[in-house]
Amino acid sequence: MTAKKGLLHWIDERFPLTSTIREHLTEYYAPKNFNFWYYFGSLALLVLVIQIVTGIFLVMHYKPDASLNASGIPVAFASVEYIMREVSGGWFIRYMHSTGASAFFIVVYLHMFRGLLYGSYRKPRELVWIFGVLIFLALMAEAFMGYLLPWGQMSYWGAQVIINLFSAIPVIGPDLSTVIRGDFVVSDATLNRFFSLHVIAVPLVLLLLVAAHIIALHEVGSNNPDGIEIKKKKDANGRPLDGIPFHPYYTVKDIVGVAGFLIVFFAVLFFMPEGGGYFLEYNNFIPADPMVTPPHIAPVWYFTPFYSILRAVTYPLFGIDAKFWGVVAMGAAVIIIAFLPWLDRSPVKSIRYKGPIYKTALTIFVISFFILGYLGVLPPTPGRTLVSQICSVLYFAFFLLMPWYSKIDPCKPEPERVTWK
Amino acid sequence: MSKDQTLDDNRRQLLIATSVVGGAGVVAAAAPFVASLTPSDRAKAAGAPAEADVSKLAPGEMMTVEWRGQPVWILRRNEAMLATLEEVEPLLADPNSEKSIQPPYAKNRHRSIKPEYLVVVGICTHLGCSPTPKFAKGDASGISKDWLGGYLCPCHGSQFDLAARVFKSQPAPTNLTVPPHQYLTDTKILIGEDKA
Repeated sequence: MTAKKGLLHWIDERFPLTSTIREHLTEYYAPKNFNFWYYFGSLALLVLVIQIVTGIFLVMHYKPDASLNASGIPVAFASVEYIMREVSGGWFIRYMHSTGASAFFIVVYLHMFRGLLYGSYRKPRELVWIFGVLIFLALMAEAFMGYLLPWGQMSYWGAQVIINLFSAIPVIGPDLSTVIRGDFVVSDATLNRFFSLHVIAVPLVLLLLVAAHIIALHEVGSNNPDGIEIKKKKDANGRPLDGIPFHPYYTVKDIVGVAGFLIVFFAVLFFMPEGGGYFLEYNNFIPADPMVTPPHIAPVWYFTPFYSILRAVTYPLFGIDAKFWGVVAMGAAVIIIAFLPWLDRSPVKSIRYKGPIYKTALTIFVISFFILGYLGVLPPTPGRTLVSQICSVLYFAFFLLMPWYSKIDPCKPEPERVTWK
Repeated sequence: MSKDQTLDDNRRQLLIATSVVGGAGVVAAAAPFVASLTPSDRAKAAGAPAEADVSKLAPGEMMTVEWRGQPVWILRRNEAMLATLEEVEPLLADPNSEKSIQPPYAKNRHRSIKPEYLVVVGICTHLGCSPTPKFAKGDASGISKDWLGGYLCPCHGSQFDLAARVFKSQPAPTNLTVPPHQYLTDTKILIGEDKA
């Protein structure tokens, strides 16, 4: 025992091990009233680990090479099929990675929705929220570039369409899209740079942002379903009265969440790994063919709400193409989320004490988001375009009108201490 | 800063000068990294012309040739197809190809050297999908009753006529691009190079 203590002492004199564990786990006081919605932060961390570990093993067998092999199949596509059919356990690792991509977005969308429910973005958690939005952006870039790697038809034509969006930017657009591709068409150069960014650059950024997100959170303390600050009521030792140490209380609670999540995750992996054509699109089991576009191309489900907003813009403005404004609208739809801390002027944080106006606004927002997501997987028709235009306006109205409706919304008084429900 | 400490102007200027020189060095070092993202010399040289033999192409049929990694269509139009070109003109966004890209010898109604053969890059000018041939007329096309034949882009629904001219109010801003090309013999077309 003394030897163990001695070692710890030796380390602590050279590295802040004990104090870090205390600060972030055993003496990090989280509100005692966390509910179901508070699972998704730790689950996002779990999926990140799954993606990194499975990714490391996939890179051992995958080849980012668009040239054709002896049987006329692109090497990259063939190497994914090789992983699926010939590498021992390869199918398991690959399906974990592809299912993990969709799981990541499901978990992150729910995590973000929790923020909307309980006002987790409000002062003093603005930076926690902004780091979160940046994580979401990095995640979208990561998913987009990862989807090119299997070099199937959807990989190829999806990348073709999205990269061409940049060519709509006035003056620099065409050159910019050439620099992104590294060629005049989506080609081997594009595949290789997307591989590099997908396995090195973006994951590094993602890890740094996740660290910043958690450090910022632990500096200000976690919000809770009541949206009140537990740090306002402290005991004689300076500990929040409504706070409990993250470890062991929430580590144990989160393990329950992990178990539930893994049941669903592996049920999908074993019984419907393509997710009904939504997690892995059927056209992506056909090798990329630069000569033929599949009859219908749609992005993977997690991009479709934003893709719908992009397609909803059909009017040119100030003499610039509609497609440029579509790109602007799509970008704005993501960026605007970062401004929530300053758009919400409600006197209370949590939906529990907000009035009917916010509840209605949030409901309309969520319904619009789902409709946009649904329309994004369908080919456009004039009727669907109109619906997506209406939903896009509602999406932006939720944010842009918030400074007014959140102010006039009749709120209930917040409690002094956190409540149990 | 306490009162007895004063700024040493000489040192401060040295500091600024060093920072500027260092900054210039960083910018200079970044240049090759940015340059490496642009198309390599091999990619730039890959524009070798492609030869197509149209001797086996029947009237009303289309073939696809790969040129610079893109599909180039050669459509041999029959009399009925050619007759539609004038009829659709009021419905087109750019019937005279004023805003579109083509060599001067293809800036005409049929957008080609010989009216019979259309040579065009099969990439939509909207977001780069490859449109699908829809040569059947009317309801059989699945587009509309008045459809006279042409192309439909599967991605965002842009419609083109049989000279690859875009219809009005479509996502695609211009007609499809006609590449430089020339006839080596009556049945051999060289794509990517013309006589000029």
